[in-house]
Amino acid sequence: MTSALFYFFSVVLLCAAFRVITARSTVHAALFLVLSFATAACIWMMLRAEFLAIALVLVYVGAVMVLFLFVVMMLDVDADAVRQGFWKNFPLAGFIGALIALEMALVLMGGFRLTEAPPPDPLELKLGNSKMLGIEIYTNYLYPLQVAAVLLLVAIIAAIALTLRRRKGNRAIDPSLQVRVKKAERLRLVPMRATVELPAASRSEGSQG
Amino acid sequence: MSFGPITLGHYLSLGGMLFAIAVVGIFLNRRNLIVLLMAIELMLLAVNLNFVAFSHFLGDMAGQVFVFFILTVAAAESAIGLAILVVLFRSRSSIHVDDLDALKG
Repeated sequence: MTSALFYFFSVVLLCAAFRVITARSTVHAALFLVLSFATAACIWMMLRAEFLAIALVLVYVGAVMVLFLFVVMMLDVDADAVRQGFWKNFPLAGFIGALIALEMALVLMGGFRLTEAPPPDPLELKLGNSKMLGIEIYTNYLYPLQVAAVLLLVAIIAAIALTLRRRKGNRAIDPSLQVRVKKAERLRLVPMRATVELPAASRSEGSQG
Repeated sequence: MSFGPITLGHYLSLGGMLFAIAVVGIFLNRRNLIVLLMAIELMLLAVNLNFVAFSHFLGDMAGQVFVFFILTVAAAESAIGLAILVVLFRSRSSIHVDDLDALKG
């Protein structure tokens, strides 16, 4: 049963990956990439890496691929011009790719004949994969975790700084200037006398009327 | 229906084939920058598959921790890559790799 599932997922994964690189429109390529990530998550689930499988679906299918789709739809690429001479390189590329895959498969199938995983740690059975991974990360890999967090912060700031565009003719007020405003800049006190002498002409008009 | 037991080699071969497909994708789509980024994501997926397979068959949690960090780096990489792509498209209104031959612009 497990073997049949493995072969099924492998075939789906390889077909989806092949369609990613040969699809005519870039949107189709992005959607096939979503399919291949979802299938890879299924394979990881078979390897008892539940947390990573869910993280792959959430992070990749949920965030990164949506970002890809946004960019693909925003850019409006001329697909035919890009794909000019696409199949010209295919025979050589396919030959080299097949050779790479064949060599790797020869070495790997011969060298790694582990059929059975070692019996799982009783602690892992009790706690579950996510908790074990969390314990491992937060005890032995705490410093790399902090570095990864800083890396994500750098990525956020870099992406915003790259794509931020200052428009000409924008009338918005700079919020920092708005916050730092002082009373003297907004309010001007003009000294005036409390009672004002009316001009002589207006007084005489008033008495007549 | 039985296909025989699934060994570690099966998973590693699957990863190798995925990697080879991604390499072919980089050969074929060398004009389209977006598909190049997607092929790089496929390569990272193949590497992650190998890490998870080793982690399962050798009973070591460290492989999964590494996959965790690779996912982080890959997400950051694709975010910055797409941001650069958007800026590039704004200034050149094209993402053909052949057009990108100016150092300054």
